[in-house]
Amino acid sequence: MSTPTRQATLFVSCLVDQIYPEIGMSAVHLLEQHGVKVQVPQGLTCCGQMAFNAGFRDDARQVAGRTLEILRGQGDVVLPSGSCTAMIRHLYHELFKDTAHAAAADELVSRTYELTEYLVDVLGVTDVGAQYAGRITYHDACHGLRFLGLEQQARTLLSGVAKAEIVPLQGCDECCGFGGLFAVKMADISEAMLKRKVAAIEASGADLVVLGDVSCMLQIAGGLKRAGSTIRTRHIAEVLANNVEARR
Amino acid sequence: MTAQPIPFFERVDDALHDGSLQTALGRATGRFVANRGNAFAAIQASDDLRRQARAIRAHALGHLDELLIKLSDTVEAHGGQVCWAEDAESARRYIVELAKARNVQLIVKSKSMASEEIHLNDALEEAQFHVVETDLGEFIIQLAGETPSHIIAPSIHKTREQVRDLFVKHLNMTPTDDIPTMASTARVELRQRFLRADMGISGVNFGVADEGAVVIVENEGNARLTTSAPRIHVAVMGIERVCEKLEDLGVLLQVLARSATGQRLSVYTSILSGPRRAGETDGPEEFHLVLLDNGRSKILSEQYAEALMCIRCGACLNVCPVYQAIGGHAYGSVYPGPIGAVLSPLLQPDLPEVEKLPHASSLCGACQEACPVGIAIPDMLLRLRADGVAAGKAQAIEQIAIGGWKQMMMNPTFFRTGGKLAAFGTSIIGRNGTVNWLPPPLDRWTNSRTFPQFAKKSFTELWEERQKNKSG
Repeated sequence: MSTPTRQATLFVSCLVDQIYPEIGMSAVHLLEQHGVKVQVPQGLTCCGQMAFNAGFRDDARQVAGRTLEILRGQGDVVLPSGSCTAMIRHLYHELFKDTAHAAAADELVSRTYELTEYLVDVLGVTDVGAQYAGRITYHDACHGLRFLGLEQQARTLLSGVAKAEIVPLQGCDECCGFGGLFAVKMADISEAMLKRKVAAIEASGADLVVLGDVSCMLQIAGGLKRAGSTIRTRHIAEVLANNVEARR
Repeated sequence: MTAQPIPFFERVDDALHDGSLQTALGRATGRFVANRGNAFAAIQASDDLRRQARAIRAHALGHLDELLIKLSDTVEAHGGQVCWAEDAESARRYIVELAKARNVQLIVKSKSMASEEIHLNDALEEAQFHVVETDLGEFIIQLAGETPSHIIAPSIHKTREQVRDLFVKHLNMTPTDDIPTMASTARVELRQRFLRADMGISGVNFGVADEGAVVIVENEGNARLTTSAPRIHVAVMGIERVCEKLEDLGVLLQVLARSATGQRLSVYTSILSGPRRAGETDGPEEFHLVLLDNGRSKILSEQYAEALMCIRCGACLNVCPVYQAIGGHAYGSVYPGPIGAVLSPLLQPDLPEVEKLPHASSLCGACQEACPVGIAIPDMLLRLRADGVAAGKAQAIEQIAIGGWKQMMMNPTFFRTGGKLAAFGTSIIGRNGTVNWLPPPLDRWTNSRTFPQFAKKSFTELWEERQKNKSG
């Protein structure tokens, strides 16, 4: 491990914290591996996205305002989630407009990064020295792709994974149907979208589907398991940190 | 007409289980998306073109009042007449009264979503006029007694087999699945109507203020006949569809055709400025332009003004995974798809369950990406959701869930304890990392997918242990 030359705050998100902690630890590993001193401020919970997307802006503003306070003065903030990053970068401005937090929200935007974006665009990493003996396909999470413009970063990093064969995914940029509460409020439509995604993943010939957003992970992994598929779903941080086997 | 509307979730369920609809949607939207992609890939600097289109639309909306007055003046200078219709009722009344005053019997129509919006056909038929839709897709659904399910492809929900059956039943066609034969059957039928019609009603793609002209694009030639063969032409135009000058069309027509059908230009582009003039041998004797507000000027002053930039190309419908899954009718509004989920609550706030439409989106952003004028549709859907919550339209269970969520997220101790409880709960009802069943209402998740067990140790705990070991 190289001597730390920079420092970053890792905000793993609520879902990673409680459901997929391995993703958070993988992100820690990757950042440290590339000379970043990682800090995790106490008490971080959630960016507020779920309530915001459901239309509950007052509730979202309270939760996000608390997060904003914790992240104040904490330097670069890195999240292993495209949608949480997009929430901060794209939507905090509107959420905090005309409030006491407006300036702090805009200031946070300029130092918030999604993990693969931070690795590739800020740290200049292209090969993390990972390996995976199998066939990988990649699903573009909507928010990372369309609201952050992240298309090549993950592919660049995956192309450096030794022994892995990267296979294309038909409709890789089509939504998996998660969409937060959409998945339960409009469960049937969400299921129809999921079935298309599951069929495309199965048709890709991959044994591992990789993505950059835990929201899609819940949906796609759940859909594959329900379909009886043996294809595993992993966050890109887990693959890059050689942690594919760390969980079921 | 006054039948009880089918509830939203029933319509969705019907759509998802309608085999013909799924076949038709799959065929058509896939083709539209591919054609559109090719059409934009074929031009350099397509993003520049879209930026120009957005600038033209923004300019028009920023100067809407003066451009409309200019358009009205120039149309009248050409001998046309202008009706400023504040709402649907005044637009309908103007057209019905006009038809009565001119002893009209038969009316032909070309494609017009604005006329759908004001339910013009119902009003005309109630007044005993015979109305014939002449756009092939509109003709098909008129035979079927249905409404359009797509902004530019109204019968997209019909398979060719269903169209065959309709034509056999209504037009005595010899049964065939051959599309050219079906099209020519419709053509023969429609040709007689054009020649006998007293009034032609069209929509308007763009009104050009400087020229006093309306622009209509189409691929079948029916709009050209509708607007020129009958003695009276009535054009119905949403007030937002104005542009300043002819040069604007150089950009707008390109992005419209490429976005809508993947064509470089539509087959027919008609620029019509008023009725037949002295010495001219064809064209209508009278030209009436109905400028329809119907809620638009109110939108213009709100945070949704950008929605009025829409040029009705339908690209957002074609790329939308929700539209692809349920089609247009499930939305239950005149305008379906992502832009419909924005426009409908604004234009038809009293429509039953219209507040659900902004929730019929996973916010994937494909609509905004496809939009030729870059309308931030997801942002507006989010605002409409917030409006719904502010108006007290959220379900009680959702309010309780969000309230509980907030308590957890505001307090790290609750958050940690909640995670422990969830880990304990899911360890009992699940195994091997997977939960197959959750109690209502969360069974709406587990009905179609599994859920993971919560982690025994959260990231926070793992991190704290690691820090302790490091320092210890």
